[in-house]
Amino acid sequence: MSHSVKICNVIKRYSDFTAVDNISCEIKEGEFFTLLGPSGCGKTTLLRMIAGFNSIDGGEIYFGNKVINNIDAHKRDIGMVFQNYAIFPHMSVFDNVAYGLKARKVPKNQIEGRVLEALDLVQIKNLKDRKPNELSGGQQQRVALARAIVIKPGVLLMDEPLSNLDAKLRVQMRTIIRKLQRDLGITTVYVTHDQEEALAISDRIAIMKSGKIMQLDTPTDIYKKPKNTFVAGFIGTSNFLDAKVTYDSGMKPSIKFEGGVEYPVKLKRKLDSVTVSIRPEQFTINNPDGKGIPGQIQMYTFLGDFANYEIKLANGQTVEANEYTKDIDFVRKIGDKVRLDFNPDKVSLFDQDGMEAYL
Amino acid sequence: MMNDNSIIKKVRRHFDFWNIVKYLSIILLFIFLVYPLFTIIFKSFINADGEFSLKYYKTFFTKPYYYRTLFNSLKVCILTTILATLIGVPLAYITTRYNIWGKKIINLLIIMSLMSPPFIGAYSWIMLLGRNGFITNLFAKIGITMPPIYGFGGIILVFTLKLFPYIYLYVSGAMSSIDRSLEEAAENLGSSKLRRILTVTIPVIMPTLAAGAIMVFMSSLADFGTPMLIGEGYKVLPVLVYEEYMSEMGGNANMAGALSVVIVFCSTAVLLIQKYGVSKKNYIMTALRPPIVEKLSTGKRILLTAISMFIALVAFLPQVVVIVTSFIKTNGPIFVKGFSLESYEKIFYKLSKNIANTFTFSIIAILIIVVFGMLISYLVVKRKSKINSLLDLMIMFPYVIPGAVLGICMLVAFNKPPLILSGTPAILIAAYVVRKMPYTIRSSSALLYQIEPSIEEASINLGVSPMKTFFKITARMMLPGVLSGAILSWITTINELSSSIMLYSGKTATISVAIYTEVVRASFGTAAALASILTVTTILSLLLFNWVTKGKGSVI
Repeated sequence: MSHSVKICNVIKRYSDFTAVDNISCEIKEGEFFTLLGPSGCGKTTLLRMIAGFNSIDGGEIYFGNKVINNIDAHKRDIGMVFQNYAIFPHMSVFDNVAYGLKARKVPKNQIEGRVLEALDLVQIKNLKDRKPNELSGGQQQRVALARAIVIKPGVLLMDEPLSNLDAKLRVQMRTIIRKLQRDLGITTVYVTHDQEEALAISDRIAIMKSGKIMQLDTPTDIYKKPKNTFVAGFIGTSNFLDAKVTYDSGMKPSIKFEGGVEYPVKLKRKLDSVTVSIRPEQFTINNPDGKGIPGQIQMYTFLGDFANYEIKLANGQTVEANEYTKDIDFVRKIGDKVRLDFNPDKVSLFDQDGMEAYL
Repeated sequence: MMNDNSIIKKVRRHFDFWNIVKYLSIILLFIFLVYPLFTIIFKSFINADGEFSLKYYKTFFTKPYYYRTLFNSLKVCILTTILATLIGVPLAYITTRYNIWGKKIINLLIIMSLMSPPFIGAYSWIMLLGRNGFITNLFAKIGITMPPIYGFGGIILVFTLKLFPYIYLYVSGAMSSIDRSLEEAAENLGSSKLRRILTVTIPVIMPTLAAGAIMVFMSSLADFGTPMLIGEGYKVLPVLVYEEYMSEMGGNANMAGALSVVIVFCSTAVLLIQKYGVSKKNYIMTALRPPIVEKLSTGKRILLTAISMFIALVAFLPQVVVIVTSFIKTNGPIFVKGFSLESYEKIFYKLSKNIANTFTFSIIAILIIVVFGMLISYLVVKRKSKINSLLDLMIMFPYVIPGAVLGICMLVAFNKPPLILSGTPAILIAAYVVRKMPYTIRSSSALLYQIEPSIEEASINLGVSPMKTFFKITARMMLPGVLSGAILSWITTINELSSSIMLYSGKTATISVAIYTEVVRASFGTAAALASILTVTTILSLLLFNWVTKGKGSVI
């Protein structure tokens, strides 16, 4: 049956670098948990440590209450979907899916029923007698998924399972995976470098960089309340603007930009300057006589539901801002002077070390 | 107590299946390769009184009788390599770039002549151009005296025809994998056709050509049967090794040892020059668009087809000669008019033991090669470690050891305690395994590199232990590679002469040994019948190879 996965101070070292650097987190029973990060961040290494293909150099991994550090990979009762599917090329679809059941010595009369049930769940029952080389990428993906869930594993691990599919199929498959996972209630650890996929599919996301978790939160919190500049920059698009902090007589802080624009903010502690992270859609573009930071349009891209502008500020920095078609009557032109306004309560502020500094 | 237990557990854990395979392979290779080799090297530095001495090397480098063979060998190897290149490269260009007829047949004939028993060429050309050869006699009737085939010229003729297929096969492989755009780019930049070939095509195939040339060089350096039969007074190194050792039978093998060291030194040096000088410039090509096959005018097409077909047929001729002569009536050493099966009757009556030996020893050797080849290639490819790289090196080392040299090494090492094997089938089988395993390892490894590690992980993760996974998944997927490699190992094993001639005894003589002794005895009919058995087996095995690899297999 499905169980939680607890990762305690886990370390993986290679001769010259630490791939997983003292990571701790708990994946709840039945949760869809995603490890997201750029390549080389240690996400796949961590997943393979859970699977038993990488040794654990420090710390413990628990399945439920049981430490599994020294359990061999083939005794961990895990279902895994690989990036390249790893379908056994010399076996039919049916035999691929039945493989894990046979290894578990499931009685013969039950195997057929369970295989067909699993194939039905991924909607490829009709392909059961095909050989892998007669299947498309999407179909192979479904076989891999059926093979992993048919054994009713304690944990389901997925290593960038959709990265080899085209964009349309990717969206279709991720919906199937999400539904299946919820219906079966399998604890799932999912690795991807695609942020949109992670946001769409996960209960919680751990964003990793250089072997460390930078933030572990729900998709909405990750997007709306990034804990550091790395997460703010990695998820979605963010403009980073430097600002001076000034305090009034009541010690209430404000951020001040070049050109003299000021916004009151709420800070955790006293700081001289901050980095303000503003997403393109958080800007309101005003005419030159309006409120906001002055700038000039350098480039625009009209994308149907919105227009995206590159705007050069007085200090030479270029920022991106969006303006929604439904809100405007005209598209601004290159060279137009504008002012950029935003709601200071909605944006994120970071200190000089790039860590969150807002309340 | 706790401590003891955990140590035992650790030791047990360490001696899992793959580590046992690893240690077993290393031990066996030490016994059958390293130990014999070091025995001979050691002997070459020890004089009759058991003291360290360089006297054999001094003799070798000061006495013309000895050092001349080194020059002879080098002369033969260099000239053969040049001639093989001059035939192989243009032929490869013609067959890959022009729409000549019968490409498949030309290819097949060339592959068959490469894989034919090594001494058949010498035998057949003696049959045709020797003192009493068919062609010699034919020309003599009309008053033309043919130049003698024996000696330097004969060796070069036979080697060139036998070995140019290496160049041809390597180069035509490379030629057809040059992307069209590369040559189009050169043309586009204003190069003439000849200039394009010289400045783009040839430099790009250069590393492959070098690899083929090395094969020609090494094979002609190592071959023993051809110069022995056709060389007469013209002595090359392997022949000298054989004579030295045979004349010293019962005495010491020190001089033969020193000669062996010289040969192995030469071939290692050549290999290293190729590896570090040329392979650095290896251009990896995957032709998205294979080169255009040019359509010729009918006249040119006929001409080029005729030239190519002629070369292929001349290379294949020895096998025809062997089969034809095996059916000609004989009167002692002399062929007379008419056909009969008497040569076959004679060999089945007199030499059936040799036939049985060849097939028994080869089958046993191949079974060992398949099992170990599969396991070792897995260790080398999938379980990279320092020990496994050492294993890789040891496995490939026999490439630079000529069969005659390996034969002497084994004989010297195993004719005294602790392990006495001389005269037994075991010593022949051991030599075959050591010499022919690289074919199987190479083709299994090539396939293993294509098997993604995740396939095995998927099986392990589904609850099947790593060892069972190897047999249920990996071994099954490796099978085509193992099989095609094993067929090549098999073909070269049944045809093996140079190590057999050193290691056989009356009871363990093989077909190839019998052919050699029959030819020496001028009993050409029986020799031809025996050679026909090998030739036909070889051809059938090649057809099997083609079927197993679906025609995509490469014999090189």
